[in-house]
Amino acid sequence: MADADVIIVGAGTAGLTAAIYVQRAGKKALVFEEAVYGGQIVNTPDIENYPGIAHISGYEFATGLYNQATELGAEVRFEKVLSIENEGAEKRVKTTGGEYTARAVILATGAKNRALGLPREKELTGRGISYCATCDGAFFRGKEVAVNGGGNTALEDAAYLANGCSKVYVIHRRDQFRGDAKEADALRAKPNVEFILNSTVTALFGEKKLEGIEVTNKVTGEKRTLPVAALFVAIGQEPDNAPFANVAALDGKGYIEAGEDCRTETEGIYTAGDCRTKEVRQLTTAAADGAVAAMAACGRLN
Amino acid sequence: MSVTVITKENFQSEVLDSKEPVLVDFWATWCGPCKMLTPLVHQVADEAQGFKVGSIDVDEQPELAEQFGVMSIPTLIVFENGKAVRQSIGFIPKDRILALVKG
Repeated sequence: MADADVIIVGAGTAGLTAAIYVQRAGKKALVFEEAVYGGQIVNTPDIENYPGIAHISGYEFATGLYNQATELGAEVRFEKVLSIENEGAEKRVKTTGGEYTARAVILATGAKNRALGLPREKELTGRGISYCATCDGAFFRGKEVAVNGGGNTALEDAAYLANGCSKVYVIHRRDQFRGDAKEADALRAKPNVEFILNSTVTALFGEKKLEGIEVTNKVTGEKRTLPVAALFVAIGQEPDNAPFANVAALDGKGYIEAGEDCRTETEGIYTAGDCRTKEVRQLTTAAADGAVAAMAACGRLN
Repeated sequence: MSVTVITKENFQSEVLDSKEPVLVDFWATWCGPCKMLTPLVHQVADEAQGFKVGSIDVDEQPELAEQFGVMSIPTLIVFENGKAVRQSIGFIPKDRILALVKG
């Protein structure tokens, strides 16, 4: 006897939407989440582009989704999925909490903030290294901080931090920003913002908390130490699908290869949301994928 | 038991001088994951046996946040015999909150 009709990996917008559709189709959804339900949207202060909802916080949106899914009977377990075995009609899912089976699996693993990949980065995360300026910026009022990245997120982070921090260094590996030119110009005009271009962060200093970083200019090779209390990393997102490469083909960047029908190369295994190869990664497209994958999965069960 | 609101005025008596271990939840009103964690912390407090639970609003108590190196929230810290002994950053489910308290 299977543990659920459909096992869903990830309780973000795609995964919870899939759970809602599975339950409403009269099937049983079991959702695994390794961190926080809601996924990336939880840290967004204001959502203003979800059709039908003019304004909502990320927390309220995520909690609404979670309550809707669980009140319909979906079960959410906070366990990390370690592997998936395709045994034909049944799929075997191993997690940090045990082993489960279902007749269909939906991979809705999302994407996470890309890390720098430097020594000590993990230990110093939450102790000066942060991937969310609006979450952690308030702890560094009046202090010197740095932002690493050149896209819109990095520029918005820098603008937000410049309001409270004594100095904001913006470190970018190129000499031009990918993000909005107006935003970059507005930043350039602020007296407490300094751009360090053609440069990357090459070392992190500090024992119990971050006390400084080393920045290396890629053109001249010049190294510079900045005595910052915080480094906000905004160098993009990346998927985390390597454990599932045995059941779903991945593209060069690690996204699960599937079209708008959300079907992977394996019968009975579907994918939804930011973890899928696609052009537009938004709340609406995550929700859309969740519905498509759930209906495909339920269609297979009938 | 309910959750005790901790300030710098009662920190010594409620946390450092406590005979029982104390689980302290560092949070803020603007923090989404904190709002997800808080109901679980309250559940843990309601069922708590052999330990106490407190909460610190980091906006109102910046000195306490600074003193314990809190730079990201939610942060849970367990105090035993006047010392911070275990810490967890970010949302965690109820069973992991209980495991953090027990050590």
